[in-house]
Amino acid sequence: MAIKERMSGNEAVSHAIGQINPDVMPAFPITPSTEIPQFVSTMIANGEIDTEFIPVESEHSSMSAAIGSSAAGARTLTATSSCGLALMWEVLYVAASNRLPIMMQVVNRALSGPININAEHSDSMGARDSGWLQIYAENNQEAYDNTIQAYRIAEHPDVKLPIMVCQDGFITSHAVENITLLEDEPVKAFVGEYNPEHYLLREDETMSVGPYALSPFCMEAKRAQAQAMMNAKKVILDVAKEFEAISGRSYGFFEEYRLEDAEYALVAIGSACGTIKDAIDKLREQGMKVGLLKVRVFRPFPGEEMANALKACKAIAIMDRCEGYNGNGGPLGAELTAALYRAKATAEVVNIIYGLSGRDVTVGDIEGIYEKLVKLAEGENLFGTYPYLGLRSR
Amino acid sequence: MALKAEQINEKTVWQDLTEGLQIHEAATSKLFETGEWRTNTPVWIQEKCKQCLLCVPYCPDSSIPVCENKREEFDYKHCKGCGICVKACPFHAIEMKEGK
Repeated sequence: MAIKERMSGNEAVSHAIGQINPDVMPAFPITPSTEIPQFVSTMIANGEIDTEFIPVESEHSSMSAAIGSSAAGARTLTATSSCGLALMWEVLYVAASNRLPIMMQVVNRALSGPININAEHSDSMGARDSGWLQIYAENNQEAYDNTIQAYRIAEHPDVKLPIMVCQDGFITSHAVENITLLEDEPVKAFVGEYNPEHYLLREDETMSVGPYALSPFCMEAKRAQAQAMMNAKKVILDVAKEFEAISGRSYGFFEEYRLEDAEYALVAIGSACGTIKDAIDKLREQGMKVGLLKVRVFRPFPGEEMANALKACKAIAIMDRCEGYNGNGGPLGAELTAALYRAKATAEVVNIIYGLSGRDVTVGDIEGIYEKLVKLAEGENLFGTYPYLGLRSR
Repeated sequence: MALKAEQINEKTVWQDLTEGLQIHEAATSKLFETGEWRTNTPVWIQEKCKQCLLCVPYCPDSSIPVCENKREEFDYKHCKGCGICVKACPFHAIEMKEGK
């Protein structure tokens, strides 16, 4: 029986963590993800779960402890945001290259500066090439569902990579919304026990983790790691299918919202997709063929699949909640534009920076983008050379 | 299929490496011939050697094998040529020679 509840995003993922009952959680608090280790340690204190909580002195330490714990053979998780994720930078690569299936809850928040605590994707986007899987949520329900699926993907023998489960700071993490929870038993049965083949505490086998490798071996090692990321595509879809069987909720690499016959499309990640869907419903009533491609899986990057879903569009706006500081746009814009080029797509493409540091995105803002996309397809560019949504400008 | 450490060499293809280059065997450092790094080489002068064995514990790379309480020829596959044994020998029975 599904359970109707109302929860914030942080409560939702913590509830999922409680149902999974992982072995070890090293964590250091940082807004807006602080509540997650708080809720988990409360469950531990109340005797509801027997996860070993390790209070550490920094995020570099929390990720290092997570690496040690995972290598030892324990199902491990942590949580962080913004500068905390940035402080983990060095060891994120160690977790991925040592093929340790750690789950990290990332509550997306702007990196400094200006120092700010609100939603932005610059933190996890900064770690996009660290070798971690990345799955994003639009709302609390998806954050909960993604958490339940995370270990199944990360721990799969063809993958064995760490995974970031991302949600937008405050907008998703702190806003309370309706949610449908699964009962504990089906979640436990779905996630299963973690029984790695090799681990440091295995008594009948010696093991070394993270050995030095000379140049004649490093390229081969990195290519093997890249293969795990490619293998994850099939596993993500298989796990989603199994999850649908227990939950009735269906997931893929991305969600296509009224995209099938759309001539004008937005591509976005995270909570703004709810606002975009409202704008689409409004414009559809007026007869405009508009749609959304909402990215769920950013790592591995399903470029070919996205380009295929967008192939009939006349004009596309790729939305980045992250400034790339490269004079060329944001990360989603860069990667998807490249994928569209490879797929020989003919659509006009614009990359828009929006919602930085929690800046509000309104239905009106989105309607404005679709109207400009129509003009763009007709050959008139009203976006300018470097579009920022809702920017005050001379 | 992942290979055993002794089967891995510079011709091994990426598909045959272990995940994350993890090693699931003991004593694989023997397979790593650090002697290749050597630029200068210690030479054992047997007639001066009193078999005091002081050089043995000083060697940081365990490259002086001992058999029945007597040292034997250097293990040049692993000796990095650091020269510590030369300093440790009270009888000048080890000399450094230039080159490998």
